[in-house]
Amino acid sequence: MTRYLWLMIGLSILVALLFVASLLVGPAKIPPLISLSALIGGDAGPLTLVMREIRLPRALLGIMVGASLGLCGAAMQGYLRNPLAEPGLIGVSGSAALGAVIAIQTGLTAAFALALPLAALAGAATSVALLFVLAGPRGGSLTLILAGIAISALAGAFTALVLNLSPNPFATTEIVFWMMGSLADRSFLHVALALPFIVLGMALLLPLARGLDTLTLGEDAAAALGTHLLRLRLMLISGVAAMVGAATAVAGTVGFVGLVVPHLLRRAVGAQPGKLLAASALGGAAMVLAADIAVRLILPGRDLKLGVLTAIVGAPLFLHLVYRTRRDQG
Amino acid sequence: MRLLLCLVAGFVAVLTQVGTGNAAPARVVSMNLCTDQLAMLLAAEGQLVSVSYLARNERSSAMAREARAYPVNHGLAEEIFLLRPDLVIAGQFTSQATVAMLKRLGIPVAIMSPAYSLDDVRERVTELGRHLGQERTAAELVAAFDAELAALRGPSAKRPPRRPRAAVYAANGYMSGPESLSGAILDAAGFDNVAREVGVPVGGLLPLEQLVLLNPDVIVLPTPWPGASRSEEVLGHPALLALRDRTATAPLTDRDWICGTPKVLNAIAELVNVRKKISEAP
Repeated sequence: MTRYLWLMIGLSILVALLFVASLLVGPAKIPPLISLSALIGGDAGPLTLVMREIRLPRALLGIMVGASLGLCGAAMQGYLRNPLAEPGLIGVSGSAALGAVIAIQTGLTAAFALALPLAALAGAATSVALLFVLAGPRGGSLTLILAGIAISALAGAFTALVLNLSPNPFATTEIVFWMMGSLADRSFLHVALALPFIVLGMALLLPLARGLDTLTLGEDAAAALGTHLLRLRLMLISGVAAMVGAATAVAGTVGFVGLVVPHLLRRAVGAQPGKLLAASALGGAAMVLAADIAVRLILPGRDLKLGVLTAIVGAPLFLHLVYRTRRDQG
Repeated sequence: MRLLLCLVAGFVAVLTQVGTGNAAPARVVSMNLCTDQLAMLLAAEGQLVSVSYLARNERSSAMAREARAYPVNHGLAEEIFLLRPDLVIAGQFTSQATVAMLKRLGIPVAIMSPAYSLDDVRERVTELGRHLGQERTAAELVAAFDAELAALRGPSAKRPPRRPRAAVYAANGYMSGPESLSGAILDAAGFDNVAREVGVPVGGLLPLEQLVLLNPDVIVLPTPWPGASRSEEVLGHPALLALRDRTATAPLTDRDWICGTPKVLNAIAELVNVRKKISEAP
């Protein structure tokens, strides 16, 4: 227990440090102390405007999006008992993006703002439910990944189609945003849209810790230990849909966070899926904050997409996991 | 006898045309939004047989109404070939494959560069006038352009002591620099371009936080296109709205800003009005 506690404290400190660093990094070079005093003290000047309306929401969204993706990755891997289950890879984020794009292009979001996260949630929920049906309760790697590829391809194609049909000349170029994700120039409007769904998702997923732990013994044993499997599955689907939906609606598809973070932390929590949940939420927040700092340092002012960095880190790890899965199967 | 006279007259006419070496093309097709508008301004009656479909778009074309009189093309080699043109006018950024195909089919293609300055506008008018064999119309157009520009600029002695600082800010946070056509429009209207202060020569993406810190006197902003896009969301960002509250704004009307035609005078006139309003304000 103490080791777990230390891990959580360490991750929290890391997230806090990265949060402050994210506030201090930007294309406009402002000395750290001046920018922090403009953020906290505040006046009507442009510096306060930059700190409060541009950098603060961006850093907050980094935490929210990262925590969502990390937690959902850990939860799905725990339920399917498969380390390859990751919202971006198996099409959940892509379907959420499709929902968001449809809501934006049909004008629903202009009529009422919550339509954006709600539509993304609906997209994510559909794909998670479909995946669970296709992959079955044990989530065999092959069916899971194949079903994920098909769902990703379909969602991506429809997203491109909807954007190409738009009368807006910029819409087509946004396929990149929906596929790679970015936190550039987001505002508190986006924080306000996503936050309720992300809190709701956490409230649904974090209590699953014990249930996921019992599931490591197999479904019969879990049921004998008092885990209500149907309820667990419903809570999991709703929680993942709410979090991935909200995160994708505001930041686009950021892949591999839910793969890398649980993988790195699994040994530290003694391979217990229950403990991995909260740890992965913190780890995910740290990873997305770090990636968002990196995109601003590598190419300031060019809006390098977040998903580019997370994929460069995540895809080799994915290949490694595929290789190990093959070896395990002999 | 009469027939013979006609024949001779015809022969002489042909000879003189060959003599100047500058037979005006009779069937011209334009396949670029900007050359469409220049060609409509310059071509003789019946000389221009088709313009691109973009020329009819009210939003991007300053001559959408005039364009309705012409059949439109979509820049495809096949449809253009079927129009049997003896000259095709394309833009520098027209699909290379299409241009190569037209040339292989033996159709002369004149490629026009976009205009990045008001001098470029004059040059393009003259250049296209030459291609169309309408040198005199072109010269008249340039003279009228210069006269109107001089009138807009006002007497040079009465230049304002301090030029207001302006920013042209569009979708995705794209800022136009002093070496672009938009920059030339700003300059002609008597504004300094803040893009120069951040070292953006032609144009590029400027993060919103840098625009806020530049704190310009005027922001020139487009109105969003129909249908939503994330690219244009930045124009409604709370930080930009707060900035707009304390600076003047001017509309970026695409049709007068996109193409280097004499219609840029509309954009300059609009900006001059904004500048006068600012200098009158305390």
